[in-house]
Amino acid sequence: MDLLYFRRRLTNALALVLSTLATLVGLAFLAWILWETLRQGLAALDLKLFTKITAYGDQGGLANAMVGSLIINFVGIAIATPIGVLAGTWLAEYANRTRLGETIRFLNDILLSAPSIVMGLFVYTIIVLPSTALTHGNTTFSGFAGGVALALIALPVIVRTTDEMLRLVPPTLREAALSLGVPQWKLTSQILLRAARSGIVTGVLLALARISGETAPLLFTAFGNNFMTFNPLDKMSSLPQVIYQYANDPGETMHALAWAGAFVVTLFVLLLSLASRLLFARKVSHD
Amino acid sequence: MTNAAALALAPSMAPPEAEPKLKVRDLNFHYDGFHALKNIGMDIPEKQVTAIIGPSGCGKSTLLRIFNRIYAIYPKLKATGSIELDGENILDPRYSLNRLRSKVGMVFQKPVPFPMTIFENVAYGIRHHERLSKAEMEARVEQALRGGALWDEVKDKLKQNALGLSGGQQQRLCIARAIALKPEVLLLDEPTSALDPIATGRIEQLIEELKSQFTIVIVTHNMQQAARVSDRTAFMYLGELVEYDETEKIFTKPGKKQTEDYITGRFG
Repeated sequence: MDLLYFRRRLTNALALVLSTLATLVGLAFLAWILWETLRQGLAALDLKLFTKITAYGDQGGLANAMVGSLIINFVGIAIATPIGVLAGTWLAEYANRTRLGETIRFLNDILLSAPSIVMGLFVYTIIVLPSTALTHGNTTFSGFAGGVALALIALPVIVRTTDEMLRLVPPTLREAALSLGVPQWKLTSQILLRAARSGIVTGVLLALARISGETAPLLFTAFGNNFMTFNPLDKMSSLPQVIYQYANDPGETMHALAWAGAFVVTLFVLLLSLASRLLFARKVSHD
Repeated sequence: MTNAAALALAPSMAPPEAEPKLKVRDLNFHYDGFHALKNIGMDIPEKQVTAIIGPSGCGKSTLLRIFNRIYAIYPKLKATGSIELDGENILDPRYSLNRLRSKVGMVFQKPVPFPMTIFENVAYGIRHHERLSKAEMEARVEQALRGGALWDEVKDKLKQNALGLSGGQQQRLCIARAIALKPEVLLLDEPTSALDPIATGRIEQLIEELKSQFTIVIVTHNMQQAARVSDRTAFMYLGELVEYDETEKIFTKPGKKQTEDYITGRFG
């Protein structure tokens, strides 16, 4: 009997030690990355980062890349949000527990883990090449094409969270509304989406955080641009892409600039995650 | 089938004097091959409280959920037979759900306020069925909240989110929301099982007040509650209606052994 208890305790202690170690290893790398980004990024932080463009090279800043990132991300989220929320709503409310719904849910999960470079090449084929042909080369790579590529990455995230948040709404809320004679479309648009609102917004913010660090889908779509542009039909620069370029450059100053860019992106993502956490926490305390 | 034949099938059913509000005949209910309700026949009198009791899984909630066809939102459920509301069969697919649900209101086990203000919770359903001016709507919401015995507690915070109310208040809000549509029948599905004794007492008192205006059917697992609030009680067991009679008779001299065993606590 004692032996049995001893073995249970031993197993328990062992499992606890191992899982704590695993957590620490994971956290250690995260802390290391954050610390290094903070240290090197802060050191390189400079006002000209926000005022000068990349055309000046090591004498320049990242202003055009920041503007480009904002525009491309905005285009991506603006395309992905309505489609994603509607598709997620359809999955949860109209196709839940149907074979078609399950199939689409499965395909959406595949899209969720699709390699991002594939998205870039896909958009290159369906937008960049045709627009080149149609405009006789006037419009080729563009911030808009980059936004579409990012939208394809954000889309499955938004579909998934909308679907899950709606399915978390208690079935009795649906029954209560339907028992008042309210039709399904009113129930969905006026009650269920409202009940799941903060969860869905969280999903959109997380999708935004996810795409704001993407480099690969932009290489074949937005292409990059050393000058400032606000026109989404122009070639456009973005922070992740500049970080990628500058990190490959032999110059020390370029590396510093890349670190500063990485710091800005990290800070942006961190703030987005925090915002979504706060939103979600507020929702939970409401229930 | 004539009424007389139906009555002969259910000998324990004493006919109420007036024409019943709801007439259930040969009602059978299946889901996924399971025969959940078996040949139910009962008459539910107007402006009285009818309680349905029985152990878990006996089909009492299932029966209640057929009265407004809320079961129909889930696939693979099938009800056969007839339920007449004022002489019209509500199970007939031609009977519009919109009309049925404006006549038959429902309150659920857990209070489920909509994620909006207290005022909007009540106004929401009304707005779907009627066009009212702002003043008419305000009067109507006040009337419903008074009917739900909630007005005095919320009259100064109508613009606040309904999720901030206590559980008992939320349930009374749900009752107000249901009676705001001026239904004829009110279905209560274990309306107090998630509430504390004080809130429960408040709801029971409210049921007593409401029965002058509505025909009330309440499902409860609490026999004392059935004895306290109802005029007639139906005892169900394994999908069958075992006995249905005056509440006093069911609880003092039940006609069937099974009923007696249940109400004396021998099983259930």
